[in-house]
Amino acid sequence: MLPISYYVGLSAILFSIGALGVLIRRNAIIIFMSIELMLNAANLAFVAFARAHEALSGQVFVFFVMTVAAAEVAVGLALIVTIFRNKQSIDVDQMSSLKG
Amino acid sequence: MSDVEILFLIIAVVTLLAALFVVTTPNLVHAALWLILTLFGVAATFVLLNATFLAVVQVVVYIGAIAVLMIFAIMLTRRVMKDSGPQTNANWGWAALLGLTLFAGLTFVLINSGAADASLPALAADVDPLVQLGQELVSPNAYVIPFELASVLLLAAMIGAIAVAWKE
Repeated sequence: MLPISYYVGLSAILFSIGALGVLIRRNAIIIFMSIELMLNAANLAFVAFARAHEALSGQVFVFFVMTVAAAEVAVGLALIVTIFRNKQSIDVDQMSSLKG
Repeated sequence: MSDVEILFLIIAVVTLLAALFVVTTPNLVHAALWLILTLFGVAATFVLLNATFLAVVQVVVYIGAIAVLMIFAIMLTRRVMKDSGPQTNANWGWAALLGLTLFAGLTFVLINSGAADASLPALAADVDPLVQLGQELVSPNAYVIPFELASVLLLAAMIGAIAVAWKE
């Protein structure tokens, strides 16, 4: 079997790529995708450690993370569509006013 | 190298390249398709870690629901697909530096914690992880309350999404 460090290393690189995406992109939908990448990296680490310690709690947590991610994406994309309808743009640099 | 190692390396390289393309491609639809490939790679890694149920959930929920929802959002915000301006914000140099620092920090913590040194124990042949997971989720002294709360959360998110996107 592979050592767990392989999986954890993959998870760390994936998380960093996701964080990079959130930081450098202007498009709100791409930022959302990057957040999904980070959640997936965390899930990967959870499953790897659950496998290493033979504990199922890690897998249960991944299950809940996926539930919350689904909820987050539904609400977030609804917000993005509404913002686009109001401002004709989903550039995060232009979302600088609180009202209107 | 053993077969599993080669398989893992292929999956890891595909996953990371796809993730990199998600972050760097200027075309939104292409980014969504690369995201789907990344999610498939993570699902394959779940299979390697013997979490088959989560691999199936990953394909059904992430690829079947979340990625498709993303593509719908891209279609609904159609005009941005023609956006030809710079796709990165002005501070991308600092952001890249911060990303690298984050990676270095993560690696440092993981190496020093010693948690990553453990090699994987052999699988117990007589227990079915799916049965165990199901029992954990509905057992009163384990995770039944978070499980029910998650369903309420999904309902609230659904109503909230409709309320937010409703056009009067």
